[in-house]
Amino acid sequence: MNDIIIEIQGLRKDYHVGEVTVHALRGVDMKIQKGEFVAIMGASGSGKSTMLNILGCLDQPTHGDYLLDGINVKSMNKDAVAKLRNQKLGFVFQAYNLLARTTALENVELPLFYNPKIRSKERKEAALRALEAVGLSDRMHHMPNQLSGGQQQRVAIARSLVNDPVLILADEPTGNLDTRTSFEIMELFQELNEKGRTIVYVTHELDIARFATRNVMFKDGKISRENMVTERLNAREILKTLPVEAIEEFD
Amino acid sequence: MNYSNLLRIALRALIRNKLRAFLTMLGIIIGVASVIAMLAIGEGSKQKIRKQISSMGSNMVMVMPNFQRRGGVSLGSSSSMALKYSDVVALRADASDVSAVSPEVRASGQVIYSNQNTQTTIYGVSEEYLSIKKLEVISGRTFNANEVKNMSKVCILGQTVIENLFGAGADPIGLSIRIKNLPFTVIGTLKDKGESGMGQDEDDLIIAPYTTVQRRLAAIDYINGIYASAISEEKSPAALAEVEEILRRTHKIKESGENDFRVMSQSELLNTVSSITDVMTYLLGAIAGISLLVGGIGIMNIMFVSVTERTREIGLRMSIGGRGKDILKQFLAESIILSILGGVMGVIFGYLLARLAGSLMSTPAIVKTQSVVLAFAVCFIIGVFFGWYPARKAANLNPIDALRYE
Repeated sequence: MNDIIIEIQGLRKDYHVGEVTVHALRGVDMKIQKGEFVAIMGASGSGKSTMLNILGCLDQPTHGDYLLDGINVKSMNKDAVAKLRNQKLGFVFQAYNLLARTTALENVELPLFYNPKIRSKERKEAALRALEAVGLSDRMHHMPNQLSGGQQQRVAIARSLVNDPVLILADEPTGNLDTRTSFEIMELFQELNEKGRTIVYVTHELDIARFATRNVMFKDGKISRENMVTERLNAREILKTLPVEAIEEFD
Repeated sequence: MNYSNLLRIALRALIRNKLRAFLTMLGIIIGVASVIAMLAIGEGSKQKIRKQISSMGSNMVMVMPNFQRRGGVSLGSSSSMALKYSDVVALRADASDVSAVSPEVRASGQVIYSNQNTQTTIYGVSEEYLSIKKLEVISGRTFNANEVKNMSKVCILGQTVIENLFGAGADPIGLSIRIKNLPFTVIGTLKDKGESGMGQDEDDLIIAPYTTVQRRLAAIDYINGIYASAISEEKSPAALAEVEEILRRTHKIKESGENDFRVMSQSELLNTVSSITDVMTYLLGAIAGISLLVGGIGIMNIMFVSVTERTREIGLRMSIGGRGKDILKQFLAESIILSILGGVMGVIFGYLLARLAGSLMSTPAIVKTQSVVLAFAVCFIIGVFFGWYPARKAANLNPIDALRYE
């Protein structure tokens, strides 16, 4: 089995806005091993979102190669890429992107609807397992508007887990959350990472980045700095030191 | 994504916006209902007219003298002396596709019984006439060949005449009435036939032997018309041609000469009337179809709104593995459900509407399976046709832009 999940070489991405060409990525080389927990950082406009879109196969690079789990994405057509997203990737968004007026369980089931090989019984079981993994099995029949922000993000994480992906991609997963809830989400990510999940997330907050095992810094479309996190934070430990707020969530 | 899931997701999306879905469907409902009702009323009146025409006689072939023209002035057909009893004889002898032939001589005049009188038409005919014209003698008897030969003064009365002379429900058999001052013995009465399609009272008549009417009442040597029955409905056109051919021969009309008579058949009349009502029905249906089209445009409109509203959902579905065609199918399913559901309600509503209109106009409204099937087919096509463009728009969204859509 290949331990390198992501391999990127000489990646470039150009956008054409009118007559101006914007070079969003100007030659990026990157490798991500199985089991890594990577934080991509950078100021806005540094190319980190473009990078995440390409990693998530939502966008194609202009030049360069991208191998996801040994598959070269560049040579694939749209439908094949959709299948790849469905079976190899999990997405977590800043704004959760849950379907309104749809229960937590059904939201989690959603990716499996697009996999014709999975029967409805298996689908439900997988969704229940994923909800259990994020600690929300008691909330499975709640609608998103009956859940707090943190809980909604947990449902979204459960959704990203349900298809057993090789890689979870998170775009500012704590961007809409307060400090304590952010740490709770990071605690969940660390827990999943300990169980062997490969996670890549984008953040611009330095302290959130310190939960990862490796930080990749983007600047002007290139990797400006790449380092292993030396003084790694443990979310569980930090949460113990934080005062417990009286009203943190509502049912 | 399999079809039951597709259906479920589409249904749920519609249930979320119940009122909107219903209002969108309303266009289709009204469209389908009006098409169904119009076609039902059209079909109903067509069948009513057909029934009236077939009650006129059995596979009837009619021969009338042609319009007489003298110096460009039409003198009308009844003044023509073109038809003679010899024509009837010729037809009886030579026409193989014709089963019964009767002459018709008409006279109109005053009929008197005791102190009552009425104005009516006296039809001079032969015995076959009753079966050709589907007339039924309910009491008494019909006249026989002997009475025809002897110019007997016997007659059969229609119900309206009985009512006018004797009062309703009276039994006039054996009584003597005066027609144009000649005494006639009533030997039978006719079953009432009601009004004809043209609003004419078909019971206001007296039937007598043609010899009697021709000589004693009208004092003419020609006849006004010939009525015959084709041996079957299929043979009707053949009988028509045969009658024409025989009459041209007996009238000694040259190859290029114009007929001095007209031959019509009941089936021809039926076809003419049917084609007229068909055109009317299609015209009504087409007008109703326009409202169906407007309903379809309503669906398209609301589907566009729906796609725009759910751009983020579309982006999410794409990011978790939904292909363009999955998204396309999802939105198509929604528009098809809208139109089919609208179609179902429209058919029910249209049926009720047709029943109501039918009872108001005393015309039966007949909803044919064909028009129901047609309505559903059209609804399905509308769903696909008007749902396609919005669904296409959704399927072609860029997932990155869709996810960021505010």
